[in-house]
Amino acid sequence: MKIELTPQQEKYRSEFKAFVDESIAPYADQWDREEQTPSHVIQQLAQRGYLGAVLPQICGGSGMDAIAFGLVNEELARGCSSLRSLLTVHSMVAYALSKWGSSLQKEVWLPKLASGEAIAAFALSEPNVGSDAKAIETTATISGNAYLLNGQKKWITYGQIANVFLLFAQCEGKPSAFLVENTRPGLFIKPISGMLGVRASMLAELHLEDCKIPQENLVCRQGLGLSHVASSALDYGRYSVAWGCVGIAQACLQACLHYTSQRQQFGQPLKDHPLIQQMITEMIVNVKASRLLCYQAGYLKENRDPKSIMETSIAKYFASTTATQAANHAVQIHGGNGCSSDYSVQRYFRDAKIMEIIEGSTQIQQMTIAQSGYSESGARV
Amino acid sequence: MKDAKDRIKTFLSQFFGNHELQEDDDIFAAGFVNSMFAMQLILFIEKEFQVTIENEDLDLDNFRTINAIAHLLERKTTVIAAT
Repeated sequence: MKIELTPQQEKYRSEFKAFVDESIAPYADQWDREEQTPSHVIQQLAQRGYLGAVLPQICGGSGMDAIAFGLVNEELARGCSSLRSLLTVHSMVAYALSKWGSSLQKEVWLPKLASGEAIAAFALSEPNVGSDAKAIETTATISGNAYLLNGQKKWITYGQIANVFLLFAQCEGKPSAFLVENTRPGLFIKPISGMLGVRASMLAELHLEDCKIPQENLVCRQGLGLSHVASSALDYGRYSVAWGCVGIAQACLQACLHYTSQRQQFGQPLKDHPLIQQMITEMIVNVKASRLLCYQAGYLKENRDPKSIMETSIAKYFASTTATQAANHAVQIHGGNGCSSDYSVQRYFRDAKIMEIIEGSTQIQQMTIAQSGYSESGARV
Repeated sequence: MKDAKDRIKTFLSQFFGNHELQEDDDIFAAGFVNSMFAMQLILFIEKEFQVTIENEDLDLDNFRTINAIAHLLERKTTVIAAT
């Protein structure tokens, strides 16, 4: 057994790190305050090929392997979780479409998603529906050779700027997936502001009022929207978020190592106080453990192993709880400064909490992981 | 065919606890599967038998029993061999 990055993956990591240190991290607090991601930053992601990370080169993508995709998520999140969330939702749609889209959908959309000419968002959550996705209330009604969409979507990451949505609705009582371009009449996009965390991720509500889309915008088959399309997308989403949590926790650790070396209390640097060392130790160990779980999930994902689904869930669960604990420690260590907008740890604290809610809450992961454990042991929940 | 059925049964058995799965048991009707099962099953079939499950294969009846999955594989490998 060997856990070691390939030369290509090492090269990627250096590139991601340099980009984030220079162009992302110094500005992330400002974007957080303004609740905006500047378009030139998104263009930079596109030019660097990050938006086409999960797509093969044949359709214009970067064809990154699963580990490299993980590394770019970690580094982006170390600088700005909002930007990482753009990569997450865009990649979720790109991956689901590459797997389950029709030939026409792939031909039209994959090159645009790969180049960043089009930004994609994932529209599943609704005002009354979060974890219980099967209960979505948005409907798609067949009308001649088209569908009429009616309902509302909520908390749609980068919904304010997305060109196309992978949207889920009940069609003849069966959950189904559709592509909805942002230019469709009957689609109204309402920005959401004032969120706790990932504040630059330009959330939106979508209001669908007899929004008409052609029949060829159905993705996969009627009734397989959740079991196949959303499941594929969410698996990639969990993987991306898990790595993003490693990035948040790493940013917390780095901030604390620096701060505790400089700050003096009781006549000695904070780093010499045993209770500070306890928190630093927990952060170091849990960051490393989270990263190893992500490597494990990435290795299995790269090998298309069915175990990758549960291992990704486990990695997301552990990494997201690690991120909130690390951010909690980081604010505690920074004291009053940690509660101030002069220090990034307050942003990490707010962003980390969101990670325990999105792409399957901590409690949903606990139920899923426990159920899997009982199944593997031959017992049933 | 027998070998393929055995491999499918071994994979599926991990989701069925102590239940002895028969080749014609309806795995969806049994209520043993969770929301991640569909993806796990597809990844298993693709990796284990080196085929790609496409949109047109996604009739649930193709995945309902061990026999149905084996028949799907037989059809797909016949198509691959003929091309």
